[in-house]
Amino acid sequence: MERREAIKWMLTAAASAALLDGTAMAAVPAPPAGPSGKGYGTDPDLLKVYKPGDLWALTFTPAQRALTAALCDTIIPADGNGPAASAVGVPDFIDEWISAPYLGHDHDRTVVIAGLEWLEAESRKRFKNGYANLIATQKNAICDDLCHEPDAKPEFKKAAQFFRRFRDLTAGGYYTTPEGMKDIGYTGNVALATYDGPPPEVLKKLGLA
Amino acid sequence: MALLTSRKTQPSYDVIVVGSGAAGGQTAYTCAMEGAKVLMLEAGRNYDPVTETPMFQPHGQAPLRGRDTPDKPFGFYDATIDGGWEVPGEPYTSASSDPERKFWWWRARMLGGRTNHWGRISLRNGPYDFKPRARDGLGFDWPINYEDVAPYYDKVEMLIGVYGSNEGLENTPDSPPGCLQPPPRMRAGELFARERGRKLGLPIVPIHRAVLSTRQDADTLPQKIHPQNPRAQKILAESMRSRAACFWATPCGRGCSIKANYQSTTVHLPPALATGNLDILPNAMAREVKTDDSGKATAVVYIDKATGQESTVRGRVIVLAASSAESVRILLNSKSPRFPNGLANSSGLVGKYIMDTVGAGLGGQVPALENLPLHNEDGAGGNHVYVPWWLYQEQLAGKLGFARGYHIEFGTGRQMPTYGTATGMDWLTRGSYGRKFKEEARRYYGSFVGFAGRGEMIPNEDSFCEIDPTVKDKWGIPVLRFHWKWSEHETRQAAHMQKTFADLIAAMGGKLRVPPDKDGAKAIEPGGKIIHEVGGTIMGADARKSVTNQWCQTWDVKNLFVTDGGPFCSNADKNPTLTIMALAWRSGDYILDELRKGNL
Repeated sequence: MERREAIKWMLTAAASAALLDGTAMAAVPAPPAGPSGKGYGTDPDLLKVYKPGDLWALTFTPAQRALTAALCDTIIPADGNGPAASAVGVPDFIDEWISAPYLGHDHDRTVVIAGLEWLEAESRKRFKNGYANLIATQKNAICDDLCHEPDAKPEFKKAAQFFRRFRDLTAGGYYTTPEGMKDIGYTGNVALATYDGPPPEVLKKLGLA
Repeated sequence: MALLTSRKTQPSYDVIVVGSGAAGGQTAYTCAMEGAKVLMLEAGRNYDPVTETPMFQPHGQAPLRGRDTPDKPFGFYDATIDGGWEVPGEPYTSASSDPERKFWWWRARMLGGRTNHWGRISLRNGPYDFKPRARDGLGFDWPINYEDVAPYYDKVEMLIGVYGSNEGLENTPDSPPGCLQPPPRMRAGELFARERGRKLGLPIVPIHRAVLSTRQDADTLPQKIHPQNPRAQKILAESMRSRAACFWATPCGRGCSIKANYQSTTVHLPPALATGNLDILPNAMAREVKTDDSGKATAVVYIDKATGQESTVRGRVIVLAASSAESVRILLNSKSPRFPNGLANSSGLVGKYIMDTVGAGLGGQVPALENLPLHNEDGAGGNHVYVPWWLYQEQLAGKLGFARGYHIEFGTGRQMPTYGTATGMDWLTRGSYGRKFKEEARRYYGSFVGFAGRGEMIPNEDSFCEIDPTVKDKWGIPVLRFHWKWSEHETRQAAHMQKTFADLIAAMGGKLRVPPDKDGAKAIEPGGKIIHEVGGTIMGADARKSVTNQWCQTWDVKNLFVTDGGPFCSNADKNPTLTIMALAWRSGDYILDELRKGNL
């Protein structure tokens, strides 16, 4: 990862750009580009609820969508804290993302489509079945080879890069839903009469009580 | 008088103000509240934060989960519309193809301009900041002192509402009693940084931001702000009563429908309109200022964007508040036989000495902040704390290798998840997926910290703008061409920021994913990226060496003023907006006084 990209990621993780002095933490925002033409324009309705497919045509075939759902759920399955990624529309978000007419999204489109093809072929090669139909141990056998790019064998490097990108898209899509925000432990976005700072149990854990 | 939806302007005005942001809003407010008839020209559309702000929308309702795109460079829900570093049809150019010598020019073509989305950080310049050359021999001294501006800082803080504390720190002025609102409590990561930062000597204190932590005192503040003017007091009191206190949710960058933070569109313009003395003409792209045979400014020529037609409005006083570079552009495009090099440019300095703020950032992950008990850290929708520059004495003694200071802004906490949440965690998780990944997402959420330095740039001969000899925008108006260069004072400062942030993250027991950059030229953000563009029409005590006097009045044309950041002759690390407003108010008072005396 490029240094600036790494910083951008870190700061995005730490805080939204708008938090800090207008530009502040957004170390590297989207590079300048000409008018996108097919995008939502510079004055979109900010109050409307948007759904994937509202603004630009989507890409996935039914088979790609089903495979995406299966892989999303391998990455983010249901547990006691929240539902699986496919239950909250993450595959549609990934389709929206790779179909978007903005710089960089075309690259993700190439990576995701090629990666899905590879995954399906690898599943059939190893287990003579499509990925969506594999049992958990079989899915894990493949994903274990891909999940950490620095450890991936040379023949899996490219697939590992796809997996990393796909996991990020799955996480970004999931944790921005109401269910995902609850799952990760975000309790804000509600109006309060007062802001009381961290509760005593937090201060105690930090040794600040 | 009101918001004009078509070209129904009056035959003439006392004051024409070009621009509607911090400078234009303050100038129009000051003049209209005291009875002057004002016309405001705004290049963008009308914008109403009360009805247009996406306050509680989660990112899941936005296209692409709200991520930044070329159409919305700070993300879908950022308040900026029709703006960014690129505005379709309105280009600017760079004299150099070297990325390090490119200037990024942010514009917001909307009523209220950049005040709709800004970070609301409202810091006073200190006494040193008005006399930097006297202190270290570099740059320029202002023709005014801190004491000249202090009463206006007081008034602006009372008017717009600023939270913060008085800490008695060097060159970091305290406000008199009654000016500031109480600061919000610190977040967990901020408290932890303060505790661990002590041994580094970093004073982590409440920041000052233009957000109402309590409702304004509408019974007493208006008398302090408009002591001789009962009507203005009444109008302002009503405006203050219409503003709610912060309800500790939603980021300020989206704007604020309950008017808890300052934006020109909710704080300056409504009371100014309520006087009946202000007309606002949106979609009016100012092109040039016209002068008469005596050399006085008489009118502003603008393009009505709805029709593409050229039109003219007349006024006794013309105030440019279009953003420092846009005001430069208007002056340089206002050529006539009397002013062949552009208006107010006998010094040849219009466009010279443009400055931005030095910016660099570093982030880390802090294990102590993992798995904290769930709690709400939205807070005031922005920074609660900062580190004011703390090495004045070491710097003066020549120990640092760069001449001016910086402050540190914080990013910590359990903020509303974005499309970047729980991404890029391989370096911590070794690539987990499945239930383990979900556990780790919960574990690490809220444990990331980011620090951003914001530092002073010294004006230099290589950073300026001029009219591009060939390129015009879609309205046919010649565009700006920028020249840019950081000096070693800035790049060394950026390297110092990197080391400080790495030390602070280490003191918190945190981990860095990328090492700090020792090369300041690599760490520093491009010019313009911090959107603190000032200079270009610098003020001074000598007409040969400056464009305006201490009143933001151009030396060459006495009824022509520039009240945006243009007259800044230095750019302290303190974010410029509060000072822009204070100087615009001071200039407005002078304009009113001179109008009464018949001097303009």
